[in-house]
Amino acid sequence: MAATTADTVIEVQGLEAWYGRRRILKGVDFSVRRGEIRVIMGGSGSGKSTLLRHLIGLNRPLAGTVNMLGIDLAHAGTEELLQLRRQIGVSFQGGALITSLDVEDNVSLPLREHTQLDENTVRIMARLKLEIVNLGGFQNLMPSQLSGGMIKRAALARAIVMDPKLLFFDEPSAGLDPVVSAELDELILKLRDALRMTIVVVTHELESAFRIADTITVLDHGDILVTGTVAEVRNSQNERVQDLLHRRPRDLVVDPDEYLKRLTEEDD
Amino acid sequence: MERGIAESRQGDWLVLSVSGEVDLSWSQTLRTAVLKALPGTPALAVRLDQVAYIDSSGIAALVEGFQQARSRNQPFVLLAPSPSVRAVLELARLDRVFQIREQLD
Repeated sequence: MAATTADTVIEVQGLEAWYGRRRILKGVDFSVRRGEIRVIMGGSGSGKSTLLRHLIGLNRPLAGTVNMLGIDLAHAGTEELLQLRRQIGVSFQGGALITSLDVEDNVSLPLREHTQLDENTVRIMARLKLEIVNLGGFQNLMPSQLSGGMIKRAALARAIVMDPKLLFFDEPSAGLDPVVSAELDELILKLRDALRMTIVVVTHELESAFRIADTITVLDHGDILVTGTVAEVRNSQNERVQDLLHRRPRDLVVDPDEYLKRLTEEDD
Repeated sequence: MERGIAESRQGDWLVLSVSGEVDLSWSQTLRTAVLKALPGTPALAVRLDQVAYIDSSGIAALVEGFQQARSRNQPFVLLAPSPSVRAVLELARLDRVFQIREQLD
């Protein structure tokens, strides 16, 4: 795999992750170029959320390296990590809005925490982002008053309020009606084009993935099965990729020893 | 591209010609320039053809200027926005809010 260049904004090599006895990521190599929209696809338990948690620095690598915008996450100091966080936006699956703040204060939060911008600028920037996600005028609502789709869009507004170089979007379409989901996909494409973001989307929605992706990485049981363009992934000869594309139930491989151990062993 | 703001006059118009990248680190300079220029001119134009990139803090500076100008019935136009500026304006549908012209006459 190519070494980090100015054009590579994410470079992961040999990443390992374990939850207890379960090996979740098995030496994953992963790289994303500037301006690319990469979709990480995989079923439940494929390791896609764990990979995402490593990319945004919520988990530290047990083995392997994660390099983001030229910063090695495992060896970065507090100041470097803070610098990095200013350039990254994350839209979490459940929104992760702060329930005691209204929509505008949620969206403004990163600007208040990370910048010394004038209060007028902060207000306009936050409301501009609400307009972009079609929540214009809803700034005074509390999170509890929002529908599922509105929560997603408010979370996206907060994720992009600083115009991040890198945007992570966890399950944009989960639980949304098809129209709202298609609108969000459209928005993701526009964000890349207008604000030059590099965007990583984690999803299990095939339709959405094919609509927005430049490239797709398919994860399965902690292994990357394939990374390629939409056409390359569609035409992949890999049986498990085809299972996923055709929604065929998987045949779980059961290792009797491992299984028994998991059931019977006492915790350390 | 060097970033900066150059002032010139064209009839009633004061023209601020912006160049370079307008991002978080510099947009407050643009904001100050726009807000300071407004009281001293019958009409203000902000030329954006040499702007390679503008982020939403830069757009916010223009919005604030436009709002102040409107409250005094003062003409305020964006001149010849570059394609990248236009893309950001369109993203927020601000191309339908600002007065945008290719040239002043």
